[in-house]
Amino acid sequence: MRNNGHKPAAPYALLPKCPTGIQGLDEITGGGLPRGRPTLVCGGAGCGKTLLATEFLVRGATQFNEPGVFMSFEETEAELKANVTSLGFDLAGLVQRKKIVVDYVHIEPGEVQESGDYDLEGLFVRLNHAIDSVGAKRVVLDTLEALFASLRNEAVLRAELRRLFRWLKVKGVTAVITAERGRESLTRHGLEEYVSDCVILLDHRVDDQIATRHLRVVKYRGALHGTNEFPFLIGEDGLSVIPITSLALNHRASNERIATGIPRLDVMLGGRGFFRGSSILLTGTSGTGKTIISANFAQAAARRGERVLFFSFEESPNQIIRNMHSIGLRLEPLVKRDLLRFHSARPSLYGLEMHLATMFREIASFKPHVVIIDPITSLMDAGSNSECKGMVTRLIDYLKAGKVTSLFTSLTQGGHALAQSESAMSSLMDAWILLQDFEGNGERNRVLYVLKARGMAHSNQIREFLISNRGIDVVDAYIGPSGVLTGSARAAQGALEKAAVLASQQEAAQLKREVERKRKALDRQIGDLRSDYEGEALELRRIAEQVGTRTFVLGTERAASGLLRQADIKVSANGRSNHRNGKVG
Amino acid sequence: MKAKTVKARASAPLHRASKLWQLRLYVMDQTPKSVAAFSNLKMICESHLKGRYRITVIDLMKQPQLARGDQILATPTVVRRLPSPVRTIIGNLSDTDHVLVGLDLRAAD
Repeated sequence: MRNNGHKPAAPYALLPKCPTGIQGLDEITGGGLPRGRPTLVCGGAGCGKTLLATEFLVRGATQFNEPGVFMSFEETEAELKANVTSLGFDLAGLVQRKKIVVDYVHIEPGEVQESGDYDLEGLFVRLNHAIDSVGAKRVVLDTLEALFASLRNEAVLRAELRRLFRWLKVKGVTAVITAERGRESLTRHGLEEYVSDCVILLDHRVDDQIATRHLRVVKYRGALHGTNEFPFLIGEDGLSVIPITSLALNHRASNERIATGIPRLDVMLGGRGFFRGSSILLTGTSGTGKTIISANFAQAAARRGERVLFFSFEESPNQIIRNMHSIGLRLEPLVKRDLLRFHSARPSLYGLEMHLATMFREIASFKPHVVIIDPITSLMDAGSNSECKGMVTRLIDYLKAGKVTSLFTSLTQGGHALAQSESAMSSLMDAWILLQDFEGNGERNRVLYVLKARGMAHSNQIREFLISNRGIDVVDAYIGPSGVLTGSARAAQGALEKAAVLASQQEAAQLKREVERKRKALDRQIGDLRSDYEGEALELRRIAEQVGTRTFVLGTERAASGLLRQADIKVSANGRSNHRNGKVG
Repeated sequence: MKAKTVKARASAPLHRASKLWQLRLYVMDQTPKSVAAFSNLKMICESHLKGRYRITVIDLMKQPQLARGDQILATPTVVRRLPSPVRTIIGNLSDTDHVLVGLDLRAAD
């Protein structure tokens, strides 16, 4: 069963593809446009159709050694050359070196008189001649629909267009045909009817005053393709469709750990900091120290000799360097050694796609180990929430594929509750650190939690972090019966506890003295009693002796008198009793 | 404005009466369309421009590189090179009225 399931994916079943060389487009289409077939590119005015077509040709001629023919129905050769020069395409040079032929087909609408039956053999002849003159493999027809304005006989035109597309297939060239977007159909004149192998839709729309270009592969016969709308932009080196990477979740996870630059925070993260290549979210309200922690992280990485790219959407590089200097972070030497690079831009400068593409370009050229985006929420203003999430996903994927550790800060609006928008983004993140302000006793104190850290044992405890001119210090917050205490309250609580201990020590000493005193009193009493007792005992003995003497005296007196009266019985009785006692003992 | 243009066009043939008309007929091979176009053009010229015209037939099958110069798209196409301005008519020229309008030999109705 399993083997059967895999068979259709065998390479021989795949359509041959013609790589466009356009960043991202080949990834979406799984290798390029269908080779030897026409592709329809449609979209409204100014959405980049001509540019896409031109880049397809230019890259074909320069990168894939496939000469091309550009048949333009709208712009003259000179105009075209001038237009693409700004994108770094040397169209004029390519024409000179016979890599590309530009043929400007022009009929002034209304200038041509029609009389009787005709066909478009002239067009075929021109195209054929152009293709053969350079051995073209690629053809662009931009914009064929201009013919609908020039020629009145639509029936003939349609029949001829149908023939043209068939002819292109027979000719075996990979063609890109551009067309204006229609109101209800993909193209104004229904060209999608004739070109059915691949249809790409371009769109340039304005949401919240910010223009974003989108590309969507509407149809790709016989091939898997991404059907989503992908933002793209026209940059300094042509078109780039985002994603630049594939969206598959198959990047390799690293076991290497990197320190955060704050030893105590490393301890909270299982003792060794973040995983390399992980994505970290740092959320907090305004002024909770997001940028400071980011800068610390950046400094720590740069000091290890890693390259750090810091995207700042709020502060200029100079401002960050100055501000961080005040807490003892010296970033300037790192910038000079080109280990730390800043890229600052206002979020509203351009649309989301442009930001993303700029970031991709920066990342691709600098090849950083760590990327910091401060704050990602600023970019949310440049696009809708879903767009932003999509963007972050792509960015994270891109970074993870390159084992780049990314730190995103996120500004939350609410007080203590986690903003809803965070929950969407946080699921993409591997680690999430929450910074909070604790307000009370007329002061605000910063605390942090590690909300999550995938794949490592981490502390669930609140920590207070202090920012001084020596940097960041993370300390234990006071957690006791009266709740969590931070700042001066924590200090006050500490003092209070110290006082209490002192007091109880004093009390104990007092008690000890008291006991001692009591013991002494007792001793004294015992002494008194003893001397009393001894006195009395002495007295008793004295009395007893007196009694004994008296008895003896009396006895002798009696014996003397008994002897006198011959009383001997008592004496013999005493002698017997002594004898028995000795036996028992 | 429109009336003025029409008037100017109407007087044009008289004005250019002495000049030689240079016409080019672009065709693709000897198709029925090509043949029809040539005979139609010849007939119109004979009746309106007798002795003052010259027709050059260009077969794009043999000379495809010439299509570009006169912006040829459809075949057959007649291009009036002289007198200027350049005028273009496409089709097999079966509709004589349209040809006359196209060649500035008669004002559009």
